[in-house]
Amino acid sequence: MNSAQMNIKEIQKEIVDEFAMFDDWMERYEYIIELGKGLPLIEEQYKTEENIIKGCQSKVWVHAEEKDGKVLFSADSDAILTKGIIAILIRSFSNQTPAEILEANTDFVDEIGLKEHLSATRANGLVSMIKKIKMYALAFEARN
Amino acid sequence: MFDVQKIRAQFPILSQTVNGKPLVYFDNGATSQKPQAVIDSIVEYYSKYNANIHRGVHTLSQLATDAYEQARFKIQQHFNAKHAYEIIFTSGTTESINLVANGFASLLQPGDEIVISALEHHSNIVPWQMLCEHTGAILKVIPMNLHGELIMDEYDNLLSEKTKLVCCNHISNALGVLNPIEEIIKKAHAVGAAVLIDGAQSCPHIKPDVQALNVDFYVTSAHKMCGPTGVGMLYGKEEWLRKLPPYKGGGEMIATVTFEKTTYADLPHKFEAGTPNICGGIAFGAAIDFMNEVGFDNIAKHEHELLVYGTQRLQEIEGVTIYGPTDLNKKASVISFNIENIHPYDIGTIVDKLGIAVRTGHHCAQPIMDFFKIPGTIRASFAFYNTKEEIDIFVEAIKKAKMMLS
Repeated sequence: MNSAQMNIKEIQKEIVDEFAMFDDWMERYEYIIELGKGLPLIEEQYKTEENIIKGCQSKVWVHAEEKDGKVLFSADSDAILTKGIIAILIRSFSNQTPAEILEANTDFVDEIGLKEHLSATRANGLVSMIKKIKMYALAFEARN
Repeated sequence: MFDVQKIRAQFPILSQTVNGKPLVYFDNGATSQKPQAVIDSIVEYYSKYNANIHRGVHTLSQLATDAYEQARFKIQQHFNAKHAYEIIFTSGTTESINLVANGFASLLQPGDEIVISALEHHSNIVPWQMLCEHTGAILKVIPMNLHGELIMDEYDNLLSEKTKLVCCNHISNALGVLNPIEEIIKKAHAVGAAVLIDGAQSCPHIKPDVQALNVDFYVTSAHKMCGPTGVGMLYGKEEWLRKLPPYKGGGEMIATVTFEKTTYADLPHKFEAGTPNICGGIAFGAAIDFMNEVGFDNIAKHEHELLVYGTQRLQEIEGVTIYGPTDLNKKASVISFNIENIHPYDIGTIVDKLGIAVRTGHHCAQPIMDFFKIPGTIRASFAFYNTKEEIDIFVEAIKKAKMMLS
């Protein structure tokens, strides 16, 4: 079964199961780094000011387009951990319908031990990324 | 006799573990930790003599007023101001700068010039930009070289009879550069300009003498020098403080109020409207006592040793670039650096997991990062309570992070 046929909940469960295999934070972070390195590159033309999630720490670009009623996300960051985290989010939300994305909850980030990335000091941490992803979904849904 | 272990024992927070590791606190440039003596002064104030000041005739109010004014006196002595009323309590460096900027709004004409340096923190840039927008004055910037040192020949060229104000930090927060403020002040005075020195980063390390410097305004925050957050000071020469209009209106800053006209109180109360941070002011005084007991000569010697050792150890790591002066006598105990091809945020996140607190990012000094064309740096800033053993732990953590991220 590949992720294209899975719903968001199933994908998130799969991610949680993967992270459950790690014993400590180092292994978890090494996996995030690996995911970051594997993130398909966003096309350079989409690395625009408009697509940037601005914050104190690192730059994140998120681009979205709609194809056959599903939202396809691509992203990049200049920091590898951030890139890994956005890769996890994209895996969870890309290739889903706008309605599904809007409905989905994001409790799984807590379950995979990334809770500290939700704190307010990480200005372009998970919260801003999730917000951006949901904003895209909202925009596509409003258009349909 | 300076004994770092005895000093550490006075800081309760330093014996903590973070993420299961002993805390290594190298983010002193952001804020310092607090010794028991300062914590006690806060507890004592609220437990024994909390009351509003300068108002009541009752005993507690008298005690609180005396303690608050005693703290002002300690600050005056520490900075060697001529008069206690030249010390204005503020909420910190940022408010002190805004107070002066606000006051100069009525003294500037369009075309007047304000000179700042390329090394400033946003809080010593933005208030002047706002003032320029408001008055039509023009902002000029002293450039720096690749070592983060201000180019003094360029400074000479910027000065003219149009220059009304020169604002510069004593020590740069992002790079730790010690700026030649004596020369900056003298040259500004030669063209008739006033000078404001931002001492937020210098006061934890050195003891400035405002009269010897002949500086017009000197500003700092208590929390970077072992005091509490939310309190700081503005030193201003009496003649300047008399010239500047009040910053905030309210209680305490008045002499008489009728609906037709209010006359203002004398210095320092003219600038201290409303109930101040009484406890903070008193604890600021306790922090100054504490630091003087440790002794600024001891502080300077120990911190310089940490700087030399830390610089040498970090340079062992391949791909490390340290920003700022290569002559370590020209900088404070701050090492701002990057590792080739690794984002500072990634390093900061990993070393945090190893119990180490450093700052990563642009350090509220984006123009400096733009100058070096980098997104930010990792900044390790040492205080007198840090040790070489902590630097060893830090260097090992950096090596580990580098290995994970490469």
